[in-house]
Amino acid sequence: MKDNSHSEIDVFDACLERNFQDIANPEAAFPMDRRDFVKLLGAGIVILVSIPRLGAQQGGRRRGQQLPDDLNAFLRIGEDGKVTGFTGKIEMGQGIVTSLAQMLAEQLDVELDTVEMVMGDTDRCPWDMGTFGSMTTRFFGPPFRAAAAEAKAVLVELAAERLSVPRDQLRTANGAVHDHAGRSITYGELTKGQRIVRKLDRKAVEDTPSEFTITGKPALRKDAKVKVTGEALYAGDIRRPGMLYASILRPPSHAAKVTRVDTSAARKQEGVHVVEQGDLVAVLHEYPDIAARALKAVKADFDLPESDLNQDTIFEHVLRSSPAGETVAQGGTLAEGEQAAEQVIEATYLDGYVAHAPMEPHTALADVQREKTTIWASTQTPFRLKESAARQLGVLPEKVRVITPFVGGGFGGKTSNRQALEAVRLSKAVGKPVQVAWTRAEEFFYDTFRPAAVVKIKAGTAASGAISFWDYRVYSAGQRGSEQYYDIPHHKTVVYGSGWRAGDGGHPFGTGAWRAPANNTNTFARESHIDMLAARAGLDPIEFRLQNLKDKRMRRVLEAVAEKANWKPVKSPSGRGFGVATGIDAGTYVAHIAEVQVNRRTGKVQVKRVICAQDMGLCVNPAGAELQMEGCVMMGLGYTLTEEIRFTGGAIHDSNFDTYKIPRFSWLPEIETVILDLKEDPAQGGGEPAIICVGAVIANSIFDATGARLFRLPMTPERVKEALSNI
Amino acid sequence: MKETIQFKLNGQAIELSVDPGRQLLWVLRTDLELTGSKYGCGKGLCGACTVLVDKQAVRSCRHSIRSVAGKEVLTIEGLAQKGELNPVQRAFIEHDALQCGFCIPGMVVNAYGVLLNNPRSSSEQVLKQMEVNLCRCAAHKRIVQAIEAAAKEMRGV
Ligand code: FES
Ligand code: FES
Repeated sequence: MKDNSHSEIDVFDACLERNFQDIANPEAAFPMDRRDFVKLLGAGIVILVSIPRLGAQQGGRRRGQQLPDDLNAFLRIGEDGKVTGFTGKIEMGQGIVTSLAQMLAEQLDVELDTVEMVMGDTDRCPWDMGTFGSMTTRFFGPPFRAAAAEAKAVLVELAAERLSVPRDQLRTANGAVHDHAGRSITYGELTKGQRIVRKLDRKAVEDTPSEFTITGKPALRKDAKVKVTGEALYAGDIRRPGMLYASILRPPSHAAKVTRVDTSAARKQEGVHVVEQGDLVAVLHEYPDIAARALKAVKADFDLPESDLNQDTIFEHVLRSSPAGETVAQGGTLAEGEQAAEQVIEATYLDGYVAHAPMEPHTALADVQREKTTIWASTQTPFRLKESAARQLGVLPEKVRVITPFVGGGFGGKTSNRQALEAVRLSKAVGKPVQVAWTRAEEFFYDTFRPAAVVKIKAGTAASGAISFWDYRVYSAGQRGSEQYYDIPHHKTVVYGSGWRAGDGGHPFGTGAWRAPANNTNTFARESHIDMLAARAGLDPIEFRLQNLKDKRMRRVLEAVAEKANWKPVKSPSGRGFGVATGIDAGTYVAHIAEVQVNRRTGKVQVKRVICAQDMGLCVNPAGAELQMEGCVMMGLGYTLTEEIRFTGGAIHDSNFDTYKIPRFSWLPEIETVILDLKEDPAQGGGEPAIICVGAVIANSIFDATGARLFRLPMTPERVKEALSNI
Repeated sequence: MKETIQFKLNGQAIELSVDPGRQLLWVLRTDLELTGSKYGCGKGLCGACTVLVDKQAVRSCRHSIRSVAGKEVLTIEGLAQKGELNPVQRAFIEHDALQCGFCIPGMVVNAYGVLLNNPRSSSEQVLKQMEVNLCRCAAHKRIVQAIEAAAKEMRGV
């Protein structure tokens, strides 16, 4: 399950953990000589961009490559005047193929349709660490804009020469440069025969202002048409002559050891190739369904250790096996705060394992050739795959090219590339292109789940209703979202382990980043607890929060959501079924209000309405951002109400959507979104933040409806009924 | 054992020499290279592989190629006529009703199938039939809006 490059994974995970503050990689570079590379790009105008380092240096140092430069993205205006943006980022539904193109289009005054994006192709795009929900626009927006501004300056220069008009008397519109006399000259005419390469310095990027004419206007997705006609290609849709499809023998449990394999019956089947290479046993065929059928003829015995670890006993285990805590925030002294408190509440919050379950299971096609290996993969980390594949093959990284077609959802789960490395091994073994496409059961088995986690909070309020102390400990979820932002004189936040890797005594299977990693767990706990303090203080939950908040951005977003919901202050439980929650993720502030209906007999919760306000700074593509927010709310209902992996030891009991229930049409609440209009602020992440409050806002709404408090996610009907019976 | 199977695919008569027990989904995706229908679960639980057989929505992962002999199969690739998008497809684009897009062919085909059989269907009726179609990106709200618009258009109002 694990890649052997621990150090890289550590750096990578560390970056995820720290909310990507350190992601910009100063050593990132293009793996070939600059001249070759520019030749590859062809004629026209090329602007190379390096992204300014944000925060401390913490790039993943890459082995086996001498890094000539620090390129992160670039832009080309071809001889035909066509604008192309190149980035190592990938499109997995978050809409960056549109938002990045929109930035280029608007800055260059061309139609959005005419801008092409080349993404996640390791031979054509500069090195990139990987695509994770919220960071692309934040880090790539300004550089792309700066590049476009530079390209425009070059075009205007060229036009000034051609028209013999001073530059300041020219303007650009509709893909052409115009003068006052009504003469114009298209970008294509200007770039013809040119070979101009400029490199943007860091300063130019840093100085890019955020005044842009069409920023803020919605743009419909560039990829919509191919996606509704079935033309859009995902990794599993790539066909190569002579290719084979593989079905791989899997153990029944992560702890199982294979003791005997008998492939003889499968070998007898017509057209079936069998590969047996240590831990990799696979059958391959020209047709995938026949390969799957042939796999059934493979007999294997496994040694299975007994284990009583399951979804209920895991929390004790998590507490026992967590590493020492790290204090990540502290102020005042807890004892003093506790003395000042009139009301003290102590509670423990639990959160189970949650699957990513993208609709597209992990898929890859590998074509290993002596000269060059090509891999088409469903991955969030094409460059990491290129490096691991090269290492596995024992070749130089430049001998491997990874192409990332459209990715059918990732949510943080498509980062380890196991399926692609399997395809590489098999392709090398059989000397043909090989596709590995996981079945849904394999997808559930090898998923790197959001870790089961425990949060313990002890906090209290003074007679005034002011929170006087906050003692917060989170086990195995991680740090993101654990820091509280209320105005509390005495507080301490301790993080015990990130929970991202199975280890001795750790998780019984792989765990990893799940949309807004750690923050769903932390926000559920924090905002549930704040709600309890409000109720105990006899105050309306929004008023209570505002009383304890100095942070301007948080106040503003909370007020915005209250206004949109037309909130009337009442103390909870009011019987209305209204709840509130707030949070911060990826630099974005969010506040939610929900309305639920609880069936007291069945314990079933129907979410009627969710209102979500978001302060994400400058919003590049409001239509896309809204879609992401709605998606976050709806997806969040899953981890909130039903999603939880059931298991015994390393055996995963959920293998498909019959038992692992994700949100579907009948769940859809009314969803309203508010995006604060903040043109002057830097753009923040938008792909994930709105999911973090869903657990808490629903828990608080259930409390408001019934007076029952739930401390464990998901809040299944059984658990709701139990909480109701405990009132 | 291969057999010759004849059926109509996206309006064209075809003849295929194929092991008749093979799954419709995989024959479409590999032999016929129509990769618009997707594999999402293989068990009839997600709807990503939905195609119409004699105008009825079926999960092609649950049917053999034999079962379509002599019938008419319509896949997502056959929805647009001479480059002209079908009203459901248009509505999905107009309402931004997609994210990663992987579930979308199944959604579009299923919604179209319901409306084709009963153009009077209300959007609630369509959605009831679409309860099996899963979307992990959770584009549901927009998909509902798209379906409402398409239903309206197909009802001719
Ligand atoms: S793949 Fe057929 S229903 Fe999911
Ligand atoms: S759009 Fe991604 S699964 Fe529906």
